[in-house]
Amino acid sequence: MTNLVEMRGIEKRFPGVHALKNVQFDLRPGEVHALMGENGAGKSTLMKIMSGIYARDGGDMFVDGKPAAPDGPRAAQNLGIGIIHQELSLMNDLTAAQNVLIGREPRRRFGRLDEPALNAKTAEIFTSLNLAMDPRTMVSTQTIARQQLIEIAKALSYEPRVLIMDEPTAALNDAEIRELFRVIEKLKSEGVGIVYISHRMDEIKRIADRVTILRDGAYIDTLQAADTPLSKIIQLMVGREVTQTAPDIPDTSDNAVALEVRGLSRGKDVRDVSFNVRKGEILGLSGLMGAGRTEVARIIFGADPHDTGEILVSGQPVDIRSPQMAVQAGIGYLSEDRKHFGLAVDMTVRANIAMADLTQFTSRTGVLDEAAMKRTADQYINQLGIRTPSDTQEVRLLSGGNQQKVVIAKWLLRDCDVLIFDEPTRGIDVGAKSEIYALLEELAAQGRAIIVISSELPEILRLSHRIAVMCEGRLTGILPREGATQEEIMKLATQTENLADKTKETTQ
Amino acid sequence: MTAIPNVNKQSALGKLFAGGAFQKILAFASLIILLIGFSLASPNFMQTSNMIAILQATSVNGVLAIAATLVIITGGIDLSVGTLMTFTAVMTGVVLTNLGMPLPIGVVTGIATGAFCGFISGTLVAKMKIPPFIATLGMMLILKGLSLVISGTRPIYFNDTPGFDLISRGSLIGEVFPAVPIPNGVLILFLVAAAASYILSRTVLGRYCFALGSNEEAVRLSGVNTDNWKIAIYTLAGAIVGVAGLIIASRLNSAQPALGLGYELEAIAAVVIGGTSLSGGRGTILGTLIGALIMAVLLNGLRILSVAQEWQTVVTGAIIILAVYADNVRRRKGN
Ligand SMILES: Nc1ncnc2c1ncn2[C@@H]1O[C@H](COP(=O)(O)OP(=O)(O)OP(=O)(O)O)[C@@H](O)[C@H]1O
Ligand SMILES: [Mg+2]
Repeated sequence: MTNLVEMRGIEKRFPGVHALKNVQFDLRPGEVHALMGENGAGKSTLMKIMSGIYARDGGDMFVDGKPAAPDGPRAAQNLGIGIIHQELSLMNDLTAAQNVLIGREPRRRFGRLDEPALNAKTAEIFTSLNLAMDPRTMVSTQTIARQQLIEIAKALSYEPRVLIMDEPTAALNDAEIRELFRVIEKLKSEGVGIVYISHRMDEIKRIADRVTILRDGAYIDTLQAADTPLSKIIQLMVGREVTQTAPDIPDTSDNAVALEVRGLSRGKDVRDVSFNVRKGEILGLSGLMGAGRTEVARIIFGADPHDTGEILVSGQPVDIRSPQMAVQAGIGYLSEDRKHFGLAVDMTVRANIAMADLTQFTSRTGVLDEAAMKRTADQYINQLGIRTPSDTQEVRLLSGGNQQKVVIAKWLLRDCDVLIFDEPTRGIDVGAKSEIYALLEELAAQGRAIIVISSELPEILRLSHRIAVMCEGRLTGILPREGATQEEIMKLATQTENLADKTKETTQ
Repeated sequence: MTAIPNVNKQSALGKLFAGGAFQKILAFASLIILLIGFSLASPNFMQTSNMIAILQATSVNGVLAIAATLVIITGGIDLSVGTLMTFTAVMTGVVLTNLGMPLPIGVVTGIATGAFCGFISGTLVAKMKIPPFIATLGMMLILKGLSLVISGTRPIYFNDTPGFDLISRGSLIGEVFPAVPIPNGVLILFLVAAAASYILSRTVLGRYCFALGSNEEAVRLSGVNTDNWKIAIYTLAGAIVGVAGLIIASRLNSAQPALGLGYELEAIAAVVIGGTSLSGGRGTILGTLIGALIMAVLLNGLRILSVAQEWQTVVTGAIIILAVYADNVRRRKGN
């Protein structure tokens, strides 16, 4: 059987970075080939070469055994190669259908658009994806997860023979992931070859046939997924053993309460939410996508107003009406959407880190002390293992996971007593994940109160001292970590109001 | 039970207010209020002749603003529309008066000159990656200079071309309905607006206009030749400026080479008042038309009330800021 795609001896250099060194990769029809590696290993770069977005500096590529060098997205599409990018790339001011079929709009004569056909065609694709969405919906009104689904629909609309998925599940919930996997199985049976990139290790076992591992831009190995234990894959990715076990939970029950919210409500999104976090404690906030977790965090952080309820910091009621007031009260928030709210991507790593607290680096005359900023930036680059050629690299040129570390560095600099992390490890590799876990534990040990919002249950169970679960804007329960199971959390996370009423009725 | 219709009403209202529609409604309401206010303040204001004067005054700025709208929706800006308008008028003058060609050739020359210069601007922006602000600033000065050089700094009159003045001042509508002698210049404005509106909402070119302004990189990654489409949009905008050049030349029965500077800012002001986002991706021709009308009504009304010219400019500036602020407030509430 000839390979759909074969790449040999691929080389790619960026200024200051040797991103790919003699890398090989091949893809057969009807297989899911997982591409694994740490943040910055070169996965996205290799796939951008395959899909014609970057030109390779060296090496050969064959499609159906014939030499190929796609020189743009259009050329790759003509070869049957489609890609779902790691970073969302949709046009927010257009509708879902207009996005899905961009560049291939059904046309009438004289360049006129056939809008009904456009919508009908998109509706068809949505149906095949089991996606309930009006094709005329504005993309900007959709959650990140739903935007991701639109992106997937867009890639499928090309009917590719090779489909590259660069972290398609980073923003999806379990049900949506299951739906995606169903689609992947279907494509496989139609002979489509799929390249799958993800940092969620459990997914590899679920869908991958073969696994190729990259490390620091170099090819390491290609293995059969079925007979390779995950620990082996991780070891090859990271180049060392990674401990996965959680440390013991410290007893924080005597510590002072750092943050308490009472009866917090905002419209339908947040309804009567009350909880507290003690100093030195990590509170996990779990729930399905759209359960209102981010909304609660944004209210506490002063980014959104609330209708009723109280926020107390160290026992004192505080009136937080803006993020600035929240920071003054010692509360920090790391947004789940780092591109939009967390980073100035066109600025350097140093500038981004220092921006969190410029007063630290300002002399009395108002001049910025670059040397001090560099020292601090370098310290965090080392501490967090941010993979960048220097502290003057522009953030947009870092790999996704390394961008996230820059956001974390920013907030570490601010020295807050209460830190809210919203999906802190989204798109972050296993090695860096365990580093970030260790970091959060260290922050807690220093006496800070930490709230972690995460959709990954293993992460919640690994990290939290207590687990608060939300569903449809309500807090449905708080569990101690000891003895907590994924099933228990899921039960609370799906305890909708009707269900709750019913159980109440039957118990009465 | 009673809650249900309530919810429906809310979502219907929400739909109406979405997508910059609010500012359009706001702009329209402001226009009505201005009309009522001025007609109460002065009996001369509401007369047919004055209304027609307002429309006449809108025609040039309106057409320029439509051209500017196209470019602004792509996330760009066009500072050259004013001097390009003059340049197309001068070229028409050269062809008609200096070379003595027949009228239709003059008309075609004007529009083709506009399209050609738009093509150059578009190429500078798309292919040579010069920021639109800089590229069109350069074009603005180049065209201003060329107009003066080609005309020898003297106006070119169209006395030898009978019928040229009818392009703007004649009234086809008035011949059919003598009660409403709407001048041709205004008729042209509305035709251009209708065409541009159609292109924006119904054609591929219009679709890419919004798409480029929304997320250019995403469009490029979708395999669309973004450079060529951008050039096409700038070219179309240039052609529309050529139409404005014909209207103003016909109105003055001459090409005035020193004229033009400042028109681009008035055009951009009309676009902004009409609710088009300067960051691209959102905007409508109807909004721009209303924006241009607001500016004309304001100037006309203030003049009738004998407010000094200097103050008229001050008021225009304040209106621009108010219009954008109102839209911001609305959007913050919406979130
Ligand atoms: N356009 C660019 N200019 C300069 N450097 C780049 C560019 N694109 C990527 N790099 C660098 O090349 C390396 C590989 O990046 P790539 O995005 O391929 O990593 P990745 O394996 O996809 O990581 P992640 O899992 O974090 O997405 C990184 O060091 C990155 O900083
Ligand atoms: Mg990547």
